[in-house]
Amino acid sequence: MALYSEKVMDHFRHPRNVGSIENADGIGEVGNGKCGDIMKMYLKIDDDVVSDVKFETFGCGSAIASSSMATEMIKGKPLTEVLQLTNKAVAEALDGLPVHKLHCSVLAEEAIKAAVQDYYDKRNRD
Amino acid sequence: MVYADNAATTKMSKIAVSAMLPYIENFWGNPSSLYSFGQKAAEALVCAREKIAACICASPSEIYFTSGGSESDNQAIISAAKIGARKNKKHIISSSFEHHAVLHTLKKLEKDGFEIELLDVHVNGVINPQQVADSIREDTCLVTVMFANNEIGTVQPIAEIGGVCRARKIPFHTDAVQAAGHIPIDVQKQNIDMLSISAHKFHGPKGVGVLYARKNIPLTNLIEGGAQEKGKRGGTENVPAIIGMAAALEEACANMEENNRKILRLRNKIIGGLKKIPHSALNGDGEKRLPGNVSFCFEGIEGESLLLLLDDRGICASSGSACTSGSLDPSHVLLAIGRPHEIAHGSLRLSLDENNSEDDAEKILQVVPEVVDYLRSMSPLWKDKLIGKREFLLPE
Repeated sequence: MALYSEKVMDHFRHPRNVGSIENADGIGEVGNGKCGDIMKMYLKIDDDVVSDVKFETFGCGSAIASSSMATEMIKGKPLTEVLQLTNKAVAEALDGLPVHKLHCSVLAEEAIKAAVQDYYDKRNRD
Repeated sequence: MVYADNAATTKMSKIAVSAMLPYIENFWGNPSSLYSFGQKAAEALVCAREKIAACICASPSEIYFTSGGSESDNQAIISAAKIGARKNKKHIISSSFEHHAVLHTLKKLEKDGFEIELLDVHVNGVINPQQVADSIREDTCLVTVMFANNEIGTVQPIAEIGGVCRARKIPFHTDAVQAAGHIPIDVQKQNIDMLSISAHKFHGPKGVGVLYARKNIPLTNLIEGGAQEKGKRGGTENVPAIIGMAAALEEACANMEENNRKILRLRNKIIGGLKKIPHSALNGDGEKRLPGNVSFCFEGIEGESLLLLLDDRGICASSGSACTSGSLDPSHVLLAIGRPHEIAHGSLRLSLDENNSEDDAEKILQVVPEVVDYLRSMSPLWKDKLIGKREFLLPE
């Protein structure tokens, strides 16, 4: 299908970091079933560095590919850098997304930021 | 490759292709020309018109060639609206799950002051003729209800709806794009005044169709031009395509019973198999549906990713998910039968024809459950349902 770039199809067909993390340090979930996409990110954080990341996604091809690419982009990165991740960077790393699919990359950015926020919230509570 | 998207388009029949070729290679004259070379094409058009008329029990003078189903739908509705407006009758009755060629035309009329009433199609996707009877008013100028739905395949009680309209002297149009060549059409017995047909849905070529309009129904031009089609549709006729359409429809109607026996067996096998997938549901009435239509919703997954993975495994299918429709909302058809948005996103349509085999059915029944399982395994929505954090919407 020419709808998506090779890179999108590669990440859709062979998504990286699928799954969940037990006792994750931060969990972020964005989107809703009504709109047809939900993304959930699980972070393991050691010394403010993302040591592991997993995702679960209900959504279209580009939603799954965006989640997969985003996890690769933040794995092993310090949180300061993770928070700099933009949807634009995710879309560019996928060699572009069709205009009406750009919101998938937005969801990926939001899911990661929500997970980091969750980590900070938990840490502040402890 | 397993091609299971015949409601989108069909493979051209060999008979249709060979009927067309002479009119591409040899007899390429303009049917409006006086000399015999042009008249050779004109004669072929006469013959095609007769064949098509015979297939739907119409008279040849009631057959107008168009560019396809959408044009036919547009012209039928605009024509009836024009007559209605002249008599100050501006109420049109239709259904909520019509094709966009009908719905968008009605939307446009609404802006011009028409009142559009869209009938509820119920959970099973079938209209009750009584609804039409109850909705007809003094100022109703048209009833337009599709013969069979393009997504969920449900077949409407056309003869009865037509009967209601005939008794009240209201013109009745039906979009028969999914029905023609697949289930019997008889414009006399079914009380149809106008009917739309598209050739590529029954193994004919693309870009050609028919508008049937009963003798006393005046048409309004969408395309002004020459005297073609009794002056009701300008433009030199697409002779090869029209010949191919007539050959394809004749063939489809001649083999309808035999084809349907085979298609029904495959369809029922696939429906039976897919029903075993937990938290899935067949869309539309189980009985009152096109022989080739299988339409399902699978809870917890999204249709576009399903289609992409089926494509990887060699299966061509379709979905009513928002992502495949290019809009934010999932299919208006699935919403019309009451599927919640979330469920409508996880839809799959398989539309079979006589070229499908038992092996195709086996492959579909092997691959679809695997792909659904895989997508569910990575779906946070599905996981939440499994642990009881969210409710299942479809029964197990």
